[in-house]
Amino acid sequence: MIPWVLAQTAGATAAPAVPEFGRPDPVAIGFFAVFICITLGITWWAARRTQTAEHFYAAGRSVTAGQNGFALAGDYMSAASFLGIAGLVSTSGFDGLIYSTGWLVGWPVVLFLIAEPLRNLGRYTFADVVAARLRPTPVRISAAVGTLATIAFYLIAQMVGAGSLIRLLFGIPYESAVLIVGVAMMAYVLFGGMLATTWVQIVKAVLLLGGAALLALLVLSRFGFDPRALFAAAAAQQGAGVLAPGKLVSNPWDAISLGLALMFGTAGLPHILMRFYTVPDAASARRSVFIATGLIGLFYLMTFILGFGAMVLVGPASIKAIDAGGNMAAPMLAELLGGRPFLGFIAAVAFATILAVVAGLALSGAAAISHDLWASVVRKGNPRPGEELKVARLATIALALVAIALGVLFKGQNVAFMVGLAFAIAASANFPALVLSVFWRRTSTAGASSSMIVGTLATLGLIALSPAVQVDLLHHEAAIFPLKNPALVSIPLAFLTGIVVSLLRPDAGGDAAYEALETRVLLGSDP
Amino acid sequence: MASLLTAGMVVVYFGFILLVAFRPALLATPLGDGLSVGILLGALVIVSAWVLTWTYVRWANRVYDPALARLREEHRTAGGAP
Repeated sequence: MIPWVLAQTAGATAAPAVPEFGRPDPVAIGFFAVFICITLGITWWAARRTQTAEHFYAAGRSVTAGQNGFALAGDYMSAASFLGIAGLVSTSGFDGLIYSTGWLVGWPVVLFLIAEPLRNLGRYTFADVVAARLRPTPVRISAAVGTLATIAFYLIAQMVGAGSLIRLLFGIPYESAVLIVGVAMMAYVLFGGMLATTWVQIVKAVLLLGGAALLALLVLSRFGFDPRALFAAAAAQQGAGVLAPGKLVSNPWDAISLGLALMFGTAGLPHILMRFYTVPDAASARRSVFIATGLIGLFYLMTFILGFGAMVLVGPASIKAIDAGGNMAAPMLAELLGGRPFLGFIAAVAFATILAVVAGLALSGAAAISHDLWASVVRKGNPRPGEELKVARLATIALALVAIALGVLFKGQNVAFMVGLAFAIAASANFPALVLSVFWRRTSTAGASSSMIVGTLATLGLIALSPAVQVDLLHHEAAIFPLKNPALVSIPLAFLTGIVVSLLRPDAGGDAAYEALETRVLLGSDP
Repeated sequence: MASLLTAGMVVVYFGFILLVAFRPALLATPLGDGLSVGILLGALVIVSAWVLTWTYVRWANRVYDPALARLREEHRTAGGAP
């Protein structure tokens, strides 16, 4: 997500002073080809083990807690957070910390409130949980709307980001880069399902953490392995202001609204929630979030070192000369400290990172279409044998085509804004309904469904009225809604809608259904 | 326990965000060479997220899981549930 940082990439052009960027680079392409070969090999291996819907969506529940911890981290840490945070810190210092902390603090919430009930109540999608004791048809349709809206905006952000970054890193034209990402993602998901996606994410997580750790160690070695010496050098060079809040947070309410979206958005991201079904039981789900939180926290601490390292060693002016958004800070730092081969490696890691994230997104979108809409709504929970898997594969192809089309269509769009929107929809549409249906006895079918629909529509509507669209896009004088991120209004609104409608339109027999559900929340479906 | 820890995380993170939003000058206070209150608190937010998840996992392993096992046993002997 990383707002405007990636946003500005699209319009930026490589400065002639540093010809290395924006030209086809054999080392980077070589590393990337190796990654593609390894992951396609994994896909070929996984394809032979992916025969049923349970394998396709949930890898046969055979993923261990440790593997799932790495896969969750790989699913979550996008190129935006790697290149974007490092870039943001390298050009504006402290302000980047607001994002690195915000993206981490959602994880404890996922662990405390969501992971175990989700694993115990559901099969493939988060809608399984909301629908567990309610009437399935309205709940599943509403949940699919929230899921697909979240995924659409997240996909746009990743595809547009991929196209722009890959053009800068490899010198491949934007449209070709989007096409490569779309086709590779389709191959992983279509043939290898969740098992292949899981291993692509694990490989990517190891590469990303390893690459970032190596880079951070190289930076620290220049400062006697003392981060304070690095910060002191940054303050001496760029002024003490880089260690304090800067211009980024001009409106305090915007900061709070963004914080809400980041914290509760994670707990509503369909591709993250889906990963909890791949482990054998709730205790493994718990352990996997613990591991993921450790890895992701470590990663965000390292991006901070990378950002300040790039600020001191490369310099904000040179970074902005290559890319106005600062996205090339980490690759430039890699080249400075490890030469061309290390730059090639980091570039390939960035590409792999995007692939792993879009594969997870496509899989959760396919599950929403085939499991929630086709099998549960159209076939009323009784699909013909093998039919659900076939629909899931068709949905994967359709989603890949849509993702490529959206990537090309939204070229040059404000990426940040799209991911911000995805987190805001996830936090407003999915998270309130999920929490209400598990923890509040009186939640009714009408309440949960309307909460998801109102959450989605309110987020989209408020974004359309916000300064990001009204002023930046349409060039109006002022916006009707003052905040850039709608979460401060849309999350409470979704909770309120769910509560009020549940009280006005209760379900018959709701109490007995909730007691049965409570037992399942604790013990799982087969105690 | 789960809701208590959730509240803890919310207080820590929004405490930090509110300071960023309303008391930026406080966060700019230097703490010796190369460190400011803001940088230290930011790193502490990440560390506290780790500590809270570790607390939860420890509690779940020591208290929650044994209690669940007892409940499951009762369930089985009572012959109840699916």
